[in-house]
Amino acid sequence: MSATAEAQFSPVPGRSPLWRRLLGFNLLTAVILGVAGYYLGWFIGHQFTGHSFEFQTKTDENDVALLLGYFFGVIGFLIGLGFANYPVSRFLGRPASLREKEHEGIGRYFGLCTDHKVVGIQYLVGIGVFFFIAGLNAMLIRVELLKPTPTAIGPNQYLSLVGMHGTMMMGMMTSGILGPFGNYFVPIMIGARRMAFPRIEALTFWLLMAAGFILTSTIFFGGFPTGWTGYEPLNEQAVMGMDSYICFFALVGVSMCLLGLNMIATIIAHRAPGMTWSRLPIFVWSVFATAILMVLAAPMLIGALLMAALDRTINTSFFTVASGGSPYLFENLFWFFGHPEVYVLALPGFGIVLELLPVFTRKPLWGYRLAIAGMLGVTLMSFFVWQHHLFVSGINADLRPFYMLSTEIISIPTGFIFLCVMGTLWKARTSFSVPMLFCLGWTFNFLIGGLSGVFLSDTPSDTDTHGSFFVMAHFHYTIMGGLIFTFFAAIYFWVPKMFGLRLNERLSKVHFWSLFIAFNSTFMPLFVLGMKGMPRRVSTYAPNLQGLNDWVSISAFVIGLSMLVFLFNVIYSLIVVRKPAEANPWRSKGLEWQVPTPVPVNNFETIPVIDKDPYEYGSAPIGHGGAEPLPAGG
Amino acid sequence: MASEPHPKAGTRREEPNHALRFGLIWIVSSLIATPLVVLLLGPIMPPGNGSEQASGHVTDNTVLIGMATPVLLLVLTYLIYAIVNFRQARGAVLEGPAIHGNARVQTTWIVITSTLVLALAAYGTVRLLEDGAGAGAGPNPVAVPSGPKLPVQVIAQEWMFTYRYPTYGGVETPHLVLPNNQMIELHVTSLDVIHSFWAYQLGVKADANPNTDNIVFVKPTKLENFSVRCAELCGIWHGYMSDTGRVVTPAAFKVWIKEQQRQFTPVQKYLPKYSTKYIPEPLRRGE
Repeated sequence: MSATAEAQFSPVPGRSPLWRRLLGFNLLTAVILGVAGYYLGWFIGHQFTGHSFEFQTKTDENDVALLLGYFFGVIGFLIGLGFANYPVSRFLGRPASLREKEHEGIGRYFGLCTDHKVVGIQYLVGIGVFFFIAGLNAMLIRVELLKPTPTAIGPNQYLSLVGMHGTMMMGMMTSGILGPFGNYFVPIMIGARRMAFPRIEALTFWLLMAAGFILTSTIFFGGFPTGWTGYEPLNEQAVMGMDSYICFFALVGVSMCLLGLNMIATIIAHRAPGMTWSRLPIFVWSVFATAILMVLAAPMLIGALLMAALDRTINTSFFTVASGGSPYLFENLFWFFGHPEVYVLALPGFGIVLELLPVFTRKPLWGYRLAIAGMLGVTLMSFFVWQHHLFVSGINADLRPFYMLSTEIISIPTGFIFLCVMGTLWKARTSFSVPMLFCLGWTFNFLIGGLSGVFLSDTPSDTDTHGSFFVMAHFHYTIMGGLIFTFFAAIYFWVPKMFGLRLNERLSKVHFWSLFIAFNSTFMPLFVLGMKGMPRRVSTYAPNLQGLNDWVSISAFVIGLSMLVFLFNVIYSLIVVRKPAEANPWRSKGLEWQVPTPVPVNNFETIPVIDKDPYEYGSAPIGHGGAEPLPAGG
Repeated sequence: MASEPHPKAGTRREEPNHALRFGLIWIVSSLIATPLVVLLLGPIMPPGNGSEQASGHVTDNTVLIGMATPVLLLVLTYLIYAIVNFRQARGAVLEGPAIHGNARVQTTWIVITSTLVLALAAYGTVRLLEDGAGAGAGPNPVAVPSGPKLPVQVIAQEWMFTYRYPTYGGVETPHLVLPNNQMIELHVTSLDVIHSFWAYQLGVKADANPNTDNIVFVKPTKLENFSVRCAELCGIWHGYMSDTGRVVTPAAFKVWIKEQQRQFTPVQKYLPKYSTKYIPEPLRRGE
């Protein structure tokens, strides 16, 4: 680390008084204030009386109290972490600290830290925990489906598991790549010292953690029966656990929106000199496209959930048929968010694959501009397809040809990405390291996912497959096969940079092959099950489908085992063995590999000047590694 | 040309014409696989030939899988070809050729994929507008088949389906029986949350929304039992919301409906008058 750079940016020297350090703004204070806030909200909620709230006393359920509890709990949690310090200091006219906890040791990972690299690692670990919880739910779902009749898990718990699995995966993994890798690497890749809004960056992470905790707490309030879509009026009928879903998704929406805003501002305003739009790494482009989707789509979700919360608490009637409301309204609003949301999950995957391919093929990215056109095309088109989720619902039936057309059209820009992948592989010098294997896995999975989507976009054909396991298989191919495979590709690719340590190669390969085979063995038969007429989200099914279901369940357990191999690899390699990684193990020419490991707090001592394209492979003399120092000057 | 001496391309001299080789592999494999897929998988595509609409879906699904096969093979054979041929030799650190793109390939790709998806959208639209394709078409369907139709109302509620026959005095029964070879006009509605009426063998799916009349046309063509399931998550017993319907001869239908009227007319005075939609009581927990 550079001492001069640190001194330059250090806050006011000298230590705080003892009481201040003991009380501190740390995770402990945050949890205490969060719990206190929860009980405050709970108490206030119970003070509400009146005709509209009579039902709550009758059923011993008080949605107002729970929602207020969550609200005040989150506020308390954020104040405890120190998010109020800056505005309060400014309000009182005191000098406020611009940087938080950037120079503390391990403690900076457990609180509000404005270093984008710390936030990236916080995201990676935090999201990883919830990814494993949600994965465990999937394992339990498959246990129930081993037999056509109910087993240990009853229908109520089964629906809660389905809802928690879906909602947690969709909510937490929305930031699955932008959170850890976007926050960590985008500033470095564009030659910036920080994100545009470091405090907001930290806020998005802690909001997401609070949200994840709130969703998990649904098990104390009876779970929720609606799945991740939360359709009305089932939503309104549900017990208090539904409020956890509402609060969770609204917080995720806020987090997404702020994350997107921060990314857009950073990419527009913080690029190094010479980092023109046509020199931007393709991963940054994908982050940019995703961020646009996040900013525009998430508010719709927050609005819809606010309406749902009002319907559940103070008896408004946005979705109540008897008082002039309409469940169609919720479907419309939800999918106007929901369809861009699935591209929020897919686009960063495109970016990772296209970013990693040139490194492992030793070739420039084939069709850089076409890839950008593909990503921006998907971004634009994804706002015009949402009613394909409602083909058989009876809403705007006359518009179905339009949505069929727009949905088919979105496969054109998606096809660009495939062409770029294929072009980059052409006459390449491919080495099959683990990240590359995951990228090739993505290509296969997303191909199957995309082609099965053609059946769903065609209204007559969709009539058979809508709401069946076919849909379920389709979106697992695109999201798990698309996002999760690239998520792992990114982990294997960037862990040597993020931690300076090497992951065990053999275990990594075991992880890839077991995951790839088990994944396909799990989800390929689901297409058949869907075509044979098995609806989604059921705990019982026709007895003649048991054979295939058992096959699927056992394959799913192998996925679980494969994830345990990964977990073991991480613990073994990063905590036990701690073998230092090479400075640039993949011989990448990316800017992020040119800075020292661990990356200094300010990334660059002098801001680099960019004078070449990001993928200058192939043209360089043979053996040219790329680990040279950056051009000096600024 | 390949035999031309070039100082830096010493190892490349014997390189085969990859484009030609791959193109041949793809075309040959597609020519073999596509007819096989269409002939072997086509007939077993869902949902069978229980109705005109279902048979239409089989055709649609066959067309789609037939079009998807060459596309699947294009990427798949390419991946395999690239993995086999374009490898870094063990231990080597060679750089690949610096190809940044190819305008001709890109243009061709854009033109072909655009043509393909526009053709698919046009085909789907034509099929949809012929007879509604068994998909719920809302209260005012655009595509209305000509000729006489038998209206049948499907009422979904947590967690069962009941059926009303308005031309037979609005009698409501828990069984769905349809006459063969007659156009049926199903009116799907719900009394509480959103359900979805899915008659698998008939190729019919229509969401049941409260206060909404979702119309779908179907003409059964086969005397058989068909399974009815709810295809939209509707609460705790969603997985149990299933039923078996029957397609019978028109004569048997006449007999059956008489029997239903005899059985259910006494309770009909407790039911609301037949209507295309019913406004449910507000959902309030604890009431």
